[in-house]
Amino acid sequence: MIHERSIADLIAARAAGELSAEAVVDAYLARIDRHGDTLNALITRTPEAARARAAEIDGALAGALAGLPIIHKDIFCTQGVKTSCGSRMLDNFVAPYDATVVERLTTAGAVTLAKANMDEFAMGSSNENSFYGAVKNPWNTDYVPGGSSGGSAAAVAAGLAPAATGTDTGGSIRQPAALSGVTGIKPTYGRVSRYGMIAFASSLDQGGCFARSAEDCAHVLAAMAGFDGRDSTSVEADVPDYAGQLTGDITGLTIGLPREYFAEGLEAGSREAVMAAIDEMKALGANVVEIDMPHTDLAVSTYYVIAPAEASSNLARFDGVRYGYRCADPVDLDDLYNRSRAEGFGPEVQRRIMIGAYVLSAGYYDAYYLKAQKTRRLIAGDFHAAFDQVDLIAAPVTQAPAFPIGEKADDPVAMYLNDVYTLPASLAGVPGMSVPAGFVDGLPVGLQLIAPWFEEGRLLNAGHAYQQATSWHTRRPPGFE
Amino acid sequence: MLRFVAARACCPRAEPENEITAVSLTTDDVRKVARLARLGLNDGAVAEYATQLSSILDVVDHLGRADTDHVAPMFHPLDLTARLREDVARATVDREAFQAIAPDTAEGLYRVPKVIE
Amino acid sequence: MNWEAVIGLEVHIQLATRSKIFSSAPTAYGAAPNTQANEVDVAMPGVLPVINGEVIRMATLFGLAIDADIAPRSVFARKHYFYPDLPKGYQISQYELPIVAGGHLDITVGAGDTKRIGITRAHLEEDAGKSLHDAFDRATGIDLNRAGTPLIECVSEPEIATAGQAAAYARKLHSLVTYLGICDGNMAEGSFRIDANVSVRPAGSSAFGTRTETKNVNSFRFLEKAIEFEIERQIDVLEAGGEIVQETRLFDPDSGETRSMRSKEEAHDYRYFPDPDLLPVAIDAAFIESARADLPELPGAKAERFEAEYGVSTADAAALTASRAWADYFEATVAAAGADKAGLGKPASNWIGTELAGVLNRDGRAIGQAPVSPEQLGGLIKRVNDNTISGKIAKQVFDALVAGEGESADAIIEARGLKQITDTGAIESFVDEAIADNPEQVRQYLDGKTKVVGFLVGQVMKASKGKANPKEVNQMLVEKLNAMA
Repeated sequence: MIHERSIADLIAARAAGELSAEAVVDAYLARIDRHGDTLNALITRTPEAARARAAEIDGALAGALAGLPIIHKDIFCTQGVKTSCGSRMLDNFVAPYDATVVERLTTAGAVTLAKANMDEFAMGSSNENSFYGAVKNPWNTDYVPGGSSGGSAAAVAAGLAPAATGTDTGGSIRQPAALSGVTGIKPTYGRVSRYGMIAFASSLDQGGCFARSAEDCAHVLAAMAGFDGRDSTSVEADVPDYAGQLTGDITGLTIGLPREYFAEGLEAGSREAVMAAIDEMKALGANVVEIDMPHTDLAVSTYYVIAPAEASSNLARFDGVRYGYRCADPVDLDDLYNRSRAEGFGPEVQRRIMIGAYVLSAGYYDAYYLKAQKTRRLIAGDFHAAFDQVDLIAAPVTQAPAFPIGEKADDPVAMYLNDVYTLPASLAGVPGMSVPAGFVDGLPVGLQLIAPWFEEGRLLNAGHAYQQATSWHTRRPPGFE
Repeated sequence: MLRFVAARACCPRAEPENEITAVSLTTDDVRKVARLARLGLNDGAVAEYATQLSSILDVVDHLGRADTDHVAPMFHPLDLTARLREDVARATVDREAFQAIAPDTAEGLYRVPKVIE
Repeated sequence: MNWEAVIGLEVHIQLATRSKIFSSAPTAYGAAPNTQANEVDVAMPGVLPVINGEVIRMATLFGLAIDADIAPRSVFARKHYFYPDLPKGYQISQYELPIVAGGHLDITVGAGDTKRIGITRAHLEEDAGKSLHDAFDRATGIDLNRAGTPLIECVSEPEIATAGQAAAYARKLHSLVTYLGICDGNMAEGSFRIDANVSVRPAGSSAFGTRTETKNVNSFRFLEKAIEFEIERQIDVLEAGGEIVQETRLFDPDSGETRSMRSKEEAHDYRYFPDPDLLPVAIDAAFIESARADLPELPGAKAERFEAEYGVSTADAAALTASRAWADYFEATVAAAGADKAGLGKPASNWIGTELAGVLNRDGRAIGQAPVSPEQLGGLIKRVNDNTISGKIAKQVFDALVAGEGESADAIIEARGLKQITDTGAIESFVDEAIADNPEQVRQYLDGKTKVVGFLVGQVMKASKGKANPKEVNQMLVEKLNAMA
């Protein structure tokens, strides 16, 4: 079956003339037709454009990913296609330009099938904060898929595309990857261009991808990553041939387990799954040591100052003047602003905008914002110290597997505290990945791997080694086989 | 309302400046930030947000306990400096495309309700 | 009570780059609305700013020219407020770490004394777009072409004491930035915008009074008027027992008054923080040295050179170098007049300072739009200098050049037969005629009233239609009259 084949396999088959891009795209479009509504994972589908593009590719176009179907998180601007960011504010927004990530993947031959549902403006960990409704977890449709890139994760888990893009600000790739049972990588901050990726928190946002394996991720990430002159924070560093460097050998690799990530709060079944995965890696030749990352407990409070502060600023441009939602019949300019923004943004976005405005406002800047920038350095310092001792960090992604839709909807703070294991890597800017590592009561558990800055290759190779030895990543949700 | 301990008054070295000691946002505080952020909220929403934002600030309050006396702020995950662009102008503005998605335009201008100065 | 004013100026200097400060859209003035605002300037979702290196170079040049410190590390910050011509909801500016700090400008006060005015800081920022309140009946129109145009905001210390000093400071600053080539100086198009912070206090007091900010004064003359008005107004309010309200005021050139801009101005809370989309700007010694090498000759040095090289007076040298355009015009004029810089400087300076300046004043034109080119004026001076024409005829030729009645001084002289008569025989017949026709004046001369010779010279000039060389005429008349005695 086409949807069971790996990315490398699909590309090779097409190159050999054994499989056409059109056939691949059609197979996935058929799956989208069958399962798309069940999961609510997609906001916009582009089947006609996808078929036309596939035909074009079959006619002439080569490229590293020629004919590979892909789904983009609806945070990436796509020229001529609605780009909503999961918000009523941008429900009518058709981007006049492509994000760099979209442009690069398209140039590499990827074919966009759809735009994925997401938490509004990427704010959330459950995908319940979307103007387009909650996304469902394919492993149990009463449960959340994680967020904010929940649509992307669920789509890959359900086999609606072999790969999807996502963004991670405080865990928004790793956490839904874990909860939906797929592989997801958040690269080093600066590795993937943010141009055209609608900003949530500029100093934290980083684009990445989901696929069914580390190897598949390696192919997609290589095409997405690299320097972009349009993003001042993009880093001029060569992008290695990630897939070519997957040896599957982790002999002698030293893996650190931070005590703070295994302390109170980690649900027993998840702990068991993560420890089993670590044992597996030990069996593959890795050395495992315990390490201390003493500032981990500052991550939640640091993040919930910095991210809302940047968000309150980044979201000021949505004012109903040049694009996006405008309230009906504004009586004056203030009314235009106040109602367009109050009606256009959902409650979680409004909460973060207000927290952000508050921590930046006169009299509070030093106590909150400046203080958080200092604690951020302490947290980054933990990673510097850790990577003096170890090559890789292994940890859980979440405290527990997916929870039922609606369970935490009324308690934003409970939701925030849930991000405790993914926030530190985001604050430090290091790359992190989640690989499927087992199940608790039929719901997936992820293993988080974290590497030093710009060592995505090491991360992918460790994930690949683990996946060569295990089969968790090959499991498919019942009903979506 | 937030209260700050003026550290200088009693124990100049032991505590960082402006330590947060208690957090609770009043409805007035919420109205003030909602005004800064141009979010038109009704009274019900203001009250609800006051409770929610206060509990968020309770989490954030944890920051005050960290000793950051000799720590430089980290505004950016990579300690790099700016790359400068060449001064080359590119005239590639497609006004039609930009304004096709605008709520109200005329004569090439974006329109808003009349601003009286 | 005696009052004294405390004045500080904030000047927005638009930088003459090709592209904007954070986007590659062009900066040209006067394009159709919203045709020079790209996705970054319009603040589309997801777009990002990238710093224009030329802006950093220009700010460095400016810092060097005012003898300021160039920050080795400066930071762009976001300044938040909602306004429809501010597309992002924040302006990218500099706050805690501006690129330039601690410079000064020396201005001339009274009779040749200089006063040093400190410059607190000069930071980089982006301009906003334009709100067109009169474009529609019930709507304000927004044109974002100007959004993202690079500005230096130069903030002086409150060390200016009078409206005259404020104008002198502003003129000096204007001259400097146009010299540096970093600003086109066009005040009508908003390239150089002045805000004046004015307060008054009892003379001798060291405390500051409450200040007002008068915005967007677009000429030096208006600046002087606005400040004078504001000082008077504040004194009147205080003497009547009132209080000054800290507020923004607008100058109305028609009435010559300032008026309050908003009755209920909201307290601003700009929520500045370092822009996370931009990294700190690092300027190293090599960058500064390369900028220093680009520094043009500045007004002070140029004035000294003009005195030495062209023999012009100190006052004329200062006037000629007040603007780079005038100085360049002067040098080109002398070059066209001949090789003798020391000899031609003074006449060139006189022609430019009186005749040309008069025409420009009359027509309200800038030196760049002068109707007579330096080559034409130099050609005219050349002909006076080699005695082809007299000064009086030269004025006629100049007027003809202004009127566009000839390509060059030579062409006009030729076409109108204005060449000076140097033939002694021809002059002698005019002289003899004058003596014969004016016996009364001749008698007066012989009686010792030698001044009357001027009248006789005039008669000769009239008869020769101004073409006789007046010096020669005078000499010949005196000789002949003396011979009659």
